[in-house]
This record gives sequence, C-alpha cells and structure tokens, in this order.
Amino acid sequence: MKKSGELVWAILAWIVAAVIFFPIFWMTITAFKTERGAYSPDLIFVPSLESFQDVFARSNYLLFMLNSIYVSVGSTLVCFLFAIPAAYKMSFFPTGRTQSTLVWMLSTKMMPAVGVLVPIYLLFKWVGLLDNVFGLIIIYALMNLPIAVWMSYTYFCEIPAAILEAGRIDGATIWDELWHILRPMALPGLSSTALILIIFAWNEAFWSINLTSASAAPLTAFIASYSAPEGLFWAKLSAASLLAVAPIMVLGWLTQKQLVRGLTFGAVK
Amino acid sequence: MKAAAPNLVVAPIGEPVVVEKPNWLRSLLLAPSVVILFLWMIVPLLMTIYFSFIRYSLVNPDQSGFAGIDNYLFLTQDESFWPALINTILLVGAVLIITVVFGVLLAVLYDRDFFGKNVAVLLVIAPFFVMPTVSALIWKNFLMDPVNGLIALLLHTLGLPSFDWFANQPLLSIILIIAWEWLPFAFLILFTSLKSMDQEQKEAASIDGATPIQMFFFIVIPHLKRSIGVVVMIETIFLLSIFAEIYTTTGGGQASTNLAFLVYSLGLKQFNVGIASGGGILAVVLANIVAFFLVRMLAQNLKAR
Repeated sequence: MKKSGELVWAILAWIVAAVIFFPIFWMTITAFKTERGAYSPDLIFVPSLESFQDVFARSNYLLFMLNSIYVSVGSTLVCFLFAIPAAYKMSFFPTGRTQSTLVWMLSTKMMPAVGVLVPIYLLFKWVGLLDNVFGLIIIYALMNLPIAVWMSYTYFCEIPAAILEAGRIDGATIWDELWHILRPMALPGLSSTALILIIFAWNEAFWSINLTSASAAPLTAFIASYSAPEGLFWAKLSAASLLAVAPIMVLGWLTQKQLVRGLTFGAVK
Repeated sequence: MKAAAPNLVVAPIGEPVVVEKPNWLRSLLLAPSVVILFLWMIVPLLMTIYFSFIRYSLVNPDQSGFAGIDNYLFLTQDESFWPALINTILLVGAVLIITVVFGVLLAVLYDRDFFGKNVAVLLVIAPFFVMPTVSALIWKNFLMDPVNGLIALLLHTLGLPSFDWFANQPLLSIILIIAWEWLPFAFLILFTSLKSMDQEQKEAASIDGATPIQMFFFIVIPHLKRSIGVVVMIETIFLLSIFAEIYTTTGGGQASTNLAFLVYSLGLKQFNVGIASGGGILAVVLANIVAFFLVRMLAQNLKAR
C-alpha cells in the first residue's frame, strides 16, 4: 500500500516537472525544425540545422552574443573589484555599523528601476553612453553590487578569522592575506557568486532594451526584436533563443545549491 | 552567520601585542562600495524628483519652467494612469499568489525521494534561467498563438472553440508567463527551506496520528513562514518593474500596461520627461509602501520565532 502510494507521488512529481519544462523542450525541438515544419506539432521530423545557419547568416548574431558576454563578465569583474574589499572589511573587522550597512545596501535594491529610468537615460545620452557596452556594464555592476557584497560577506564569514590573525602575526601584509590565505579558501564561494552575477546580468532585460539599440544590444534586447514581424519565423526564433538560453541554463544548474543563498541575501541557505 | 569576529586581538600579558593597522585604512576598503551605491541611489532619484516638478519635453523645447504639481495632476487625470496602476497591483498580486501557492505545493511534493529526483528538480527550476524576452516570445507564439499555438491545437482536438489569449485577456496572459518564470524561484527557496526541517518533528507528529493535512497546516506551513516572507519580498521588488514581457508581447495597450511600461512610453517614446518622471516617482512611492509593509511583516515573523 505504502509502496504504491509513493509511486503515485513520484509519477505526479515527474508529470509536474515535464509540464513546467515543456515550453523549453518545445523551443529546443523547434530550433531543429525547418521554417516550413515549425508550425506543425509533430514530434517526429528530420532534424535540420537550417535555422541556426539562417540566424547567423541574416543577423549579426555573434555581435549580440559577444555583447552579452562583455556586459555579464565585465559587470561581474567591476562588481568584484568593489565588493570583495568591502565584504572583507565587514566580515573580518565588523563594527557596530556593519549590520546596518549591509541592510542599507540591500535596501538600494528596493528602488524600482523604472523610478530612475528617465534620468539614467538622459545622463547616458549626455555623456554618450547610450547604446554603449560600457554603459550597461556600469548599470549591471551597480545593480548586482549589493548581491555581490552580501554573498561574499556570508562566504567570508565562514572562514575562521583566527587563520587570518595567525597570518598577520607572522607578518603577512594585507596583500599576502588576501591573495595567499583568503583567496584559496574563498574561491569556491566566490566562483558561485560570480556565476550568479553573470546569470543576472545575462538575463537582465529592462535596461538592455531601454539603453541599447543596434551596436551594444545584448541577446535579451536582440531577441526582443523578434517580437514582430520576425516572430512569425518560429524556427529561427527558437534557434536564436536556444543559443541565448542554453549556456546560462547550464551555469544555473551548476550553481543550484548556492543560488538560494544569492537570491535571498543569505536569509535561506 | 558567525559571531562577530574579534576586532582587536587582546593579547595575554607577556606576549607580543599585535600591531593593528589604523582603522581608517580598512574603512577605505568599504568606502568605494558605499559611495557608489549611495550615488546610484540618490543622484538619479533626485533628478527624477526635480524633473517631475518642471516642464521638460525633449520634442518641445519651448516648454520650460517650474510646473508645480501639474505633471502629477496630468498623470492622475490621464486615462491610462489608473488602469496602469491597477494592472501593476493585479500583476504583482496574482503572480505572488500563484507562485507562493504552487511553490509550497511543489516543495511538499518534492520533499520525498523518488526516481530521478535531482533531474526533475533541474527541470522544474529551468524556467528561471530563461531570459524574459525569450520566455515571453515562446509563450506568445508556440503556446498561446490563437491559430498555430499548442493550446489552440489542444482545444481544437477536444472540439472546443479556440481562444485568442492576447486579444481577449492580455493581462492574464502576461501574468501566466511571469508566474511560469517565477514559480521556480519560489519553489527552489521553499524546497531548500523544507530540507532544513527537523525530520524527528515530522515523525513524532505522524506517530501521534496527525493526518497529512494536519501536518501540512500545523508543521510545514509554520516552518515555511519566514521563507515565504522572503519570497514575497524579493518577488515584489522584481515584479514592480516588469517590463520586457509586456514590451515583447502586447507592446502596451491599455489593458496590459503597468506603471513601468507607462513611464517608458511617456518618457522614452513621447519624450515628455516631466510627466514620465512623475510616474517614476509614483512607482518609487508604491515600492516603498510595499517595502515598508513587507519589512514589518518579516520583522514580526522573525520575532515570532
């Protein structure tokens, strides 16, 4: 009796998983159909790479993909440049203000992006950062900085301070301390932080649509251009989307365990 | 979180005292982050506030000068404003309800061992990693298209009339898409939180003869309370600025415009900086009201524990 009950639950769990994943599955197989076959719901068809070739031939797809890589990796590096020293200071040398500083940093994320869209757009227009990769890198770095500080902070807090003190007694400089003692111990945590920041920047669509057009558009903005009239070309839309989504989904799956910590600012582990 | 690390090493008598570097040097490590975050938070906001009180249109340079509350009056009297505000609230509320309710149910469903569980979890969380523009377009075209969409084909096979999602129920369609994107988020957090639950407590309750439904309401839900609060708070922040899904599916239209999209179309399409800024400020006020209540709710939850 119990055994069969378990089986029913397992089957239900798998059905739910299949239903939720279905749109992605459908996008994946449509990408391998020809444009003519894309409207038919057939599951059995001759796979073709035609639409992938079309995507590369008819649009500057590589440029958009490179833009996505530049802005997500670039903003993550800038983010770390600011976040790691800050998290280091707060976790190993906390003061009475540390907790409130952390909460304040989190509170900057409560500002809805739309509240500052107009001034950011105008500022970027005046200084020539519209449709510029560096403009997006700045915005994404600022957008992700609180998350980067919080995550690095929680990872640093797991490293016993005594080890660093021992190093200091032995005469290690701040640089030695950061590079030779802290880096190897913090590396796993910091790499999952980096992956999460890259995922967020890669998938960000509010700023990328509003601040870029032809030359600096990352994939989110490029795919938006498929809404009309190219949206009628389902196979090409699928191929372009699959290439845009697949790498980041793999990263997401790899960081699944650390993701929760990053998403909840350490509130749920 | 660990206990506060000792700020000063108190050396026992007779041992060499560690020479501490001056504190301002360490504060320098923190200062850059604080300064740029402060600027990022305050400069654009002050600019929005300023713009919202002047006449400023990029297409009509003749307009200038102090506007008082004219921009706000114009906005609240504009026929698209109130629907946009209501749509914003409906969208946030509906997505929150769907994702939390199904997130909890899914978390409970997955809180058992079954064949291939790890793979199934990956499938369930996958939509969260799909960029919003892709999610919107695959739903709009492959699933919800009134002629060739899979839902239309399914209805046709069942002999039911087809349904044009975006023509008849644009807001509902957008809500469904966004709920699909955010359900994995709610699930992942609640699922993780459930794993940390005391197994003995569950066993004790079931030995005491608690029914599964009693277990759910008296053990599982209280345990998840705090995580649900976290999910609600974080989702609300993101859902208030939903934009890409509307931009790529309906491209606005009164029935599906929210506050974020209204500000975009006033400011970046009609180039009326003053009025758009007024809308932006109203969005900020709305977010702050929500944040205020949510932080209070979370604080009470924390106290209750």
